[in-house]
Amino acid sequence: MPAFITPELIAHLVIIVAVFFALQISAAVLVYMERKVAAFVQQRYGPYLVGPRGLLQPLADILKLIMKEELRPKAADTILFYIAPVLSATAAFAAFSVVPFGADADFSTLARITGITWLTGWTGLSQPIHLAAADVDVGVLVIFAITSMGVYGVVLAGWASNSKYSLLGGLRSSAQMISYELAYGMSFAAVILMANSLSIREIVDQQQGYWFGFIPKWYGIFPQFFAFLIFMIAGVAETNRAPFDFPEAEQELVAGYHTEYSSMSFALFFLAEYINMVTVSAVATDLFLGGWHGPFLPVYLGWIWFFVKVFLILFFYIWMRWTLPRYRYDQLMEFGWKWLLPAAVVNLLVTAGLVIYFHIGA
Amino acid sequence: MHALLFWILAALAIIASVLVVGQRNPMYSVLLLIASFGALSGLYVILGSPFVATIQIIIYAGAIMVLFLFVVMLLNVPTEDPATGYHARLLGGAGPRRFGAVLSILLAIELGWAVTTKVQPTMFPSGEARAQMTVYDIGLKLFRDYSFAFEATSVLILVAMVGAIILARRERS
Repeated sequence: MPAFITPELIAHLVIIVAVFFALQISAAVLVYMERKVAAFVQQRYGPYLVGPRGLLQPLADILKLIMKEELRPKAADTILFYIAPVLSATAAFAAFSVVPFGADADFSTLARITGITWLTGWTGLSQPIHLAAADVDVGVLVIFAITSMGVYGVVLAGWASNSKYSLLGGLRSSAQMISYELAYGMSFAAVILMANSLSIREIVDQQQGYWFGFIPKWYGIFPQFFAFLIFMIAGVAETNRAPFDFPEAEQELVAGYHTEYSSMSFALFFLAEYINMVTVSAVATDLFLGGWHGPFLPVYLGWIWFFVKVFLILFFYIWMRWTLPRYRYDQLMEFGWKWLLPAAVVNLLVTAGLVIYFHIGA
Repeated sequence: MHALLFWILAALAIIASVLVVGQRNPMYSVLLLIASFGALSGLYVILGSPFVATIQIIIYAGAIMVLFLFVVMLLNVPTEDPATGYHARLLGGAGPRRFGAVLSILLAIELGWAVTTKVQPTMFPSGEARAQMTVYDIGLKLFRDYSFAFEATSVLILVAMVGAIILARRERS
């Protein structure tokens, strides 16, 4: 075996591949979940024909999309038309790569989970590995950077299609994302100030323990409740979901930026949207809801807590989409600039003052 | 290995930058500029400063270029027209040409100086060199050592913004 193939390398590769496939599977699960929750909200049955309780519906959706013809408008810009959906999906996958989803693990963890005792003594790893595709010191900023690149996929799709509905969708999306990115970033900054760190793993580890013995010390509960609220609202706008789904408002723009897309290039946009939802929920879990810390479970099973929290936030997302009607476009802009951004700035200033006064994290 | 990475990223940055001015579709110019920023950000990572690298992406590629793209999309010009008429005569005159020549000579001298100066940056530095590039140190440099320049720059940007708004505002008559 060549020298560079170390247990660390294999462990990292396994995690990278696992994250890659887990994201795709989660997108499929979300499609099913969205349909079922929508049906529940609207007192329908939802998908129930394909497989038991309609569980194979996402598979049928994917098959349908593969079989469809790949169409391209004659006046479209060929290169950009095909690059746009790839950019969207790439940014979506890349953003999740720096999100940690569990406490550091080694082979003894694996031994405890699987019950294979001889693994406990195996010291293949020189140090525990981080449960994240990439553990970056400035993880929070990297997520922010990659999310801000995701807008290019949408904007370019709108422009390259050379269609009025697509263009309007693309323009709206860029305006919306610029407006809400500021509040989004400010809510990050308040947490960074509290934790005195840009590493997501360290931020999560500072949220251990309980207030008064029973309220978890999660930033989202206290003292960063407002930042959490701002983050969730801006997160919905960033992922273009209802009630902020202006880039694809059906009643006004047909399907917005992906009007002219069909088959697999449409599927890529679809995949990107759901993966972005997962990423925003995962970041919210890590920054505001204590990540993998929770009661009852031992630390090495913390990732179960992580998945439960992410799932709950995703459910909230879908619930909101099928409950609230879409805003008007000027209301969206007004809300973003006149309410959300000032609120985020005030929250940041108050946080900064408290951090200095109480010497938090110093 | 690191040297190879450096050459790939450097070549990418230079080719993209040359193409920004080298072809006439403004949409592609904007995108190539983003590619160039991405390559620069990669170079910062090689120099051991992930913070500067991400800030480069967030501010330039993520915020400023989105605005550029926004404007180009709104104008929707397929290709950039060569300047004609008054502006062409103004820019092609003897005065601007001399000024341009002086500027390019200055740039060439600066480049020559930069290339011949023997500064050996360490790729993927560790220990002492790496510790000097933390967010904390950059913050101290910006807000203590160079606080005047920092504040002056922000006032300058504010002035430019106010100026743009005044230029764009239509007088009610």
